[in-house]
Amino acid sequence: MNVLDDINIPVDPSGALSGETGNALILLQEIAHAMRHLLETGESRTLDLLAIPFGPTDEDRLLSELGQGEVSATLNALGESRVWESRYSGVWVVEHRNLDGQRVAFQIEITRMPEILCAHSADIESGLKRLNETLITGRQGFTSENPQEEP
Amino acid sequence: MTDNSSTLGESLRRQGVTRRGFLKFCTATASMLALPAGMAPAVAAALEKARRPSVIWLSFQECTGCTESLTRSHAPTVENLLFDYISLDYHHTLQAASGAAAEAAREKAMHDNAGKYLLVVDGSIPLGHPGYSTIAGISNLQMLQETAAGAAAVIAVGTCAAFGGLPKAAPNPTGAVSVSDIITDKPIINVSGCPPIPSVITGVLAHYLTFDTLPELDQYGRPMAFFGTSIHDRCYRRPFYDKGLFAETFDDEGARKGWCLYKLGCKGPMAYNACATMKWNQGTSWPVESGHGCLGCSEPSFWDAGGFYKALSIPTGDISRTVGIAGAAGLAIGAAAVGLNRAAKSRAKQQHGTVTVDDLEKTS
Repeated sequence: MNVLDDINIPVDPSGALSGETGNALILLQEIAHAMRHLLETGESRTLDLLAIPFGPTDEDRLLSELGQGEVSATLNALGESRVWESRYSGVWVVEHRNLDGQRVAFQIEITRMPEILCAHSADIESGLKRLNETLITGRQGFTSENPQEEP
Repeated sequence: MTDNSSTLGESLRRQGVTRRGFLKFCTATASMLALPAGMAPAVAAALEKARRPSVIWLSFQECTGCTESLTRSHAPTVENLLFDYISLDYHHTLQAASGAAAEAAREKAMHDNAGKYLLVVDGSIPLGHPGYSTIAGISNLQMLQETAAGAAAVIAVGTCAAFGGLPKAAPNPTGAVSVSDIITDKPIINVSGCPPIPSVITGVLAHYLTFDTLPELDQYGRPMAFFGTSIHDRCYRRPFYDKGLFAETFDDEGARKGWCLYKLGCKGPMAYNACATMKWNQGTSWPVESGHGCLGCSEPSFWDAGGFYKALSIPTGDISRTVGIAGAAGLAIGAAAVGLNRAAKSRAKQQHGTVTVDDLEKTS
């Protein structure tokens, strides 16, 4: 062990081993373009960050630049998902993880509201059905406990 | 093995998956298939109606690395794959049955799904002698031919099945050949790599399930979605290459600063694969990010193409010329040097590939 300890391993305090490539800046320019497009046409854009060749620190740099805005949400659907608006309104970061906590999708959405946050008709219908069943059950329970109040 | 009659949408709803969860599932699938990010709704519409295909997986002369890779898939997980995407009716390593019961499962799946099942093969096939590799007393060649006969398509997983792989390396003692050397009357998709990226294996299956068609293929029969771009062109170190900044050794200043590994033998310019974006180990990293050049393991004959640490003999001085020369040569290890003058090549070899376009022109 002493021999190994004698090996000098220099640590670069400047963080030169960053591998930062400038990709984050390019992506920010694309986001700015998508924001203009959203304002002019109302059309949303999505950037798939898993398809972009990031270096070791590019992702941190991008997320640092985007920051955190007013809105954030956590979903539990087939694993946890986190959605937060960046400090630039209309620019959202959407991260999906599977049931094992592994990241399966990571996107920037330039939109007024990410679709994953919206309630979908099929789920509303399913929810309404369950609520109706609850109401029927509740009424029956109410009837059996308070028979004198039923007409 | 399991019920194939219900659609994927019905199956997920039975499991209590909400529409929001389904959309998330489709977003991950679209990302895995390298589709434009806005394609998730189209994927959702297709997957809603998709039915799980029967899959028979045969393993021949291989190291089980491809199956090891598959089991590390995280998008989808192998559980998703087995329960939602496909009905895996035969796989030596993953199935519980063995011996006669396993072979009976294969024959039943072939009979029940004749003309519709997918055949996945990993490993090369020995032609030197049938006894070199057998399963239940059946030679690899015979099992491949009889199972492929009723398949809708064949997916050759790993460089061994796709191109012969390490068993085919000189002097090729078993007479190893690829699947496409034997099967010529079925659509074949080559998913090369040693091993292939887990999500690329599952991605090809997901593509078939989503669109009920085979993906667009390149000249080597590989899906363009994953093999359409060179490692070099998608490498995060590419800007350093463009600036002429190279690591000269594995521990010099350039290596510490994450510069291009081209001079250390990186085969990124001639290797086509998705490592640079999909990465390995749940997206943690990939060889170049770890500081080692690409071996080009997804390319034919990569094992016999010279040293892993010898730089490609492509000039680096003029990027546009470099791309032109490499492109014209078909971007294969051997072919990349075809257009180069022999003497210049020799000097490049001695100097680790630092020959310039001018050098080539002077000597040609």
